[in-house]
Amino acid sequence: MSEKIGVYICHCGSNIAGMVDVEEVARWAKETFPEVAISRDYKFMCSSPGQELIENDIKEHGLTRVVVAACSPHLHEPTFRGACQRAGLNPFLFEMASIREQVSWVSTDRKIATQKSKALVEGAIRRVVYHEPLEPIAVDIHPDVLIVGGGVTGIQAALEIADSGYHVYLVEREPSIGGHMAQFDKTFPTLDCSACILTPKMYSAGTHPNITLLSYSEVEKVDGYVGNFTVRIRKRARKINEELCTGCLLCQEKCPKKIVDDVFEVGMAKRKAVYVPFPQAVPKYPVIDTENCLYFQKGACRLCEKVCPTNAIDFAQEDEILTVQVGNIILATGYDLFDCKRIPQYGYGVLDNVITSLEFERLTNASGPTGGKVLLKDGRVPESIGIIHCVGSRDENYNIYCSSICCMQSLKFAHLAHEKTGAKVYNFYIDIRTPAKSYEEFYRRIQEEGTFFVRGKVGEVTDFARTPEEEGKLIVQVYDTLAGIQRRIPVDMVILSAGLEPRRDAKEVGKLFGISCSADGWLIERHPKLDPVATMTEGVYIAGCAQGPKDIPACVSQGAAAAARVVGRIQQKSILLEPVRASVVEEQCSGCRICNDLCPFNAITFDEEKNVSVINPALCQGCGTCVAACPAGAIVGTHFSNQQIMAQIEGLLDLAFEPSE
Amino acid sequence: MSANGKPKFAMYWAAACGGCEIATLNIHEKVLDFDANFEPVFWPVAMDGKVKDVEALEDNAILLTLFNGGIRNDENEEMAHLLRRKSQILVAFGSCACEGGIPGLANLSSLDSLFETAYDTLSTDNPENLRPSPVYEAPEGELHIPRLYKVLKTLDQVVPVDYYMPGCPPESHQIAAVIDLVIQVLQGKAQLPPKGSVIGAGVSTCCDECDRKRNVKKISKFVRIQDVKEIDPELCLLEQGIPCNGPATRSGCGALCPAAGAQCIGCYGPAEGVVDFGARLMTAFASVIDSKDPQEISRILDGIVDPAGQFYRFNLAGSLLRAGKPAWKW
Repeated sequence: MSEKIGVYICHCGSNIAGMVDVEEVARWAKETFPEVAISRDYKFMCSSPGQELIENDIKEHGLTRVVVAACSPHLHEPTFRGACQRAGLNPFLFEMASIREQVSWVSTDRKIATQKSKALVEGAIRRVVYHEPLEPIAVDIHPDVLIVGGGVTGIQAALEIADSGYHVYLVEREPSIGGHMAQFDKTFPTLDCSACILTPKMYSAGTHPNITLLSYSEVEKVDGYVGNFTVRIRKRARKINEELCTGCLLCQEKCPKKIVDDVFEVGMAKRKAVYVPFPQAVPKYPVIDTENCLYFQKGACRLCEKVCPTNAIDFAQEDEILTVQVGNIILATGYDLFDCKRIPQYGYGVLDNVITSLEFERLTNASGPTGGKVLLKDGRVPESIGIIHCVGSRDENYNIYCSSICCMQSLKFAHLAHEKTGAKVYNFYIDIRTPAKSYEEFYRRIQEEGTFFVRGKVGEVTDFARTPEEEGKLIVQVYDTLAGIQRRIPVDMVILSAGLEPRRDAKEVGKLFGISCSADGWLIERHPKLDPVATMTEGVYIAGCAQGPKDIPACVSQGAAAAARVVGRIQQKSILLEPVRASVVEEQCSGCRICNDLCPFNAITFDEEKNVSVINPALCQGCGTCVAACPAGAIVGTHFSNQQIMAQIEGLLDLAFEPSE
Repeated sequence: MSANGKPKFAMYWAAACGGCEIATLNIHEKVLDFDANFEPVFWPVAMDGKVKDVEALEDNAILLTLFNGGIRNDENEEMAHLLRRKSQILVAFGSCACEGGIPGLANLSSLDSLFETAYDTLSTDNPENLRPSPVYEAPEGELHIPRLYKVLKTLDQVVPVDYYMPGCPPESHQIAAVIDLVIQVLQGKAQLPPKGSVIGAGVSTCCDECDRKRNVKKISKFVRIQDVKEIDPELCLLEQGIPCNGPATRSGCGALCPAAGAQCIGCYGPAEGVVDFGARLMTAFASVIDSKDPQEISRILDGIVDPAGQFYRFNLAGSLLRAGKPAWKW
């Protein structure tokens, strides 16, 4: 092999050079490998002068291969491939070794870090020798978009894209779009009515000619890749013919069966077996809850059918499976509320009048179970209310992270409780966090309204009275860290400001769409600062609380940002993909058919006549599943050949491996 | 070249069972062609010969050496070096020389436990509790026996090998064909394949030569062949849940075992370009297990009762693993 390799070791300022002896790695590479024609270290390889260094060396010294040891390829592989290309070298004759993410940032011993960097560089050098020049593949981008989740984030994204003239499939699991925001009464810090600002958007999303609204539906399967996803959606049977239904809700009115509504009313009110979750629901069509409907459970009733003026009730309706083609996907699947029962010492579920934040939202909501009156279980108006912050957040027993919205939400509750009941309101907080626009002003306003702020983490909420004044009250036991004393504060009502958690099925959703979750369980963005709505999977974007806790303005911004990214991509019309593809070496294929059912892109067929399996290169996405599975080694993957991978492994192990007898 | 003008031939067995030798002698009338074209100078199983005679030969004096058996002790290694030095073409002959073979499975155990099994089990009659000792003080002087290595090695792990001929043993017709090829090369009618090639076998896998009907694979159970009441004579064995190694095993044998209703056990080794037979086969089996439920998958995999024997029966010593952990420890 007479390749001429250029090796470049990046300091990344002190990011790498602070822990790795970069000069030594560069010197060693030149000394050890005869193929290495040039080996340099440089302050910032990704800077223009750094890239020009590579370009000039390729031109002047006729380099045939380039290795850069720097950050993760996710960050700068395109940068250095670009440098190679500008100098006339095929960009795939380049290999990157990550000595920042995989070495300097995760090491504490300079000697070992330097040794490990050498191992990674040797792996790259040995691998790059076997690289072959490749040409990227251009694929068209389907202009339609799938948005999963019809909360405010999803609605915003859908409207932005639809207004740009592209078609959107908006899929929502519940019977209506609106999400958590539809359950709120007021929004902080302006205290404008949540429904008043949300319902116009919901209505627009429901009627927009460019939006196909698929409520009461779920995505079951996603195939394909950026620009060309095939998505299977299950549209659950509402048992209502949407073409005939006018949304008069006579069926709901007459339905004799009442069930506790655990979803929209969070268990605080009842709904019927045929229902819309709330009056402003979009779409307007009700749903028959077959698990509770008398007809479906006991075989008799059909009252709704009798009263329906347009014969829209359709008991025989079946789930519908839709298959749609889209080019891009936005996941706006939102959050779940922390389950307050997990903290038994706060008494939720055991003590009357200990309620969650969402339950309080329903209590204050004009269309809620009490018509907007803040009442105790027995119907009395509370004279004192305690609001506990950080329930399930900033607590190593539950979630270490800050849920970001609870401080402002608790301040809002204090205001509403005060306003509606005149009660004495206590806020129990660890720290007050009000970082966004007008938030601190709101905090001051609540302070001025006479709310009591007690700094300390609540130890317990109990109804066990020690003094006559505590009799019949809920006692909040707290160590007041400002006063330096234990306090017992009797109140009538306790509101637990519950934290936000990833959706229970976030992992499965991630798997379905080929993206991953963080250790906390939130969907992971491509870059936390510079690419917050893209993901590691091309064509799949995330927005809103699916990515992490955030308030409504942040959700709306992310929805719009994801929409802008998608529209930008659609307008490019096509995208260049890495030419990493699998192919079958026919002479080696024995037709064992192990691979035939494995391809996630259905690119593999079996040629009965030749008795060999065949891969359609137009469908293959180079995922490597079949390459790994082929027992005969008859399927080869470009850029990931056996030879390339084995050479890299041998290079990695060369310094560490001492063969014994 | 011998005095009679015929090129010299040698065949040697290291850690082997003798099957390779039998298969070689089993080439029937081809043996006449062989005799007409070669002068066997060293072939312990077939003729008398002394190591001293081989040592006395000039380097590269032997044209062709078929070396069978793995390298289990220092004598095996010494013979491998000697024959390498004396031979122009050294062929790793049979599974043991190529990949370690059955004796290589001992690489899963430490020497202590091997000795214990051989000399100290209930079924062993060894009243004096004798163990082999490398040195013995006899009245006539010190006697040595070969020193056992802690792991068995393949031929190419101790000396450079020119060609590989797989099989346990290699099929006689393949041996005959290889001898034919060498004769044709001698007569200038053919050329040797590039060094390092596998000879006497195909480039595809056993399935290529198997007549059984194959469908898209979906495996929902693995069963041992002795537990199957009735084997479908026409359907792929793997599809019947019988863990057949055919898909990963190099073609060349004519798929004899599956034709006879027994699963392929992989003696012809990995297909062209495959680095680790067992790893390949494991990923292949794992890829077609018909379940997404981890517990169900575990249950299906439990049907393979002897994974090491299933996936590494002939190739443990030559695999990426080379040995089990206990064997590496002294």
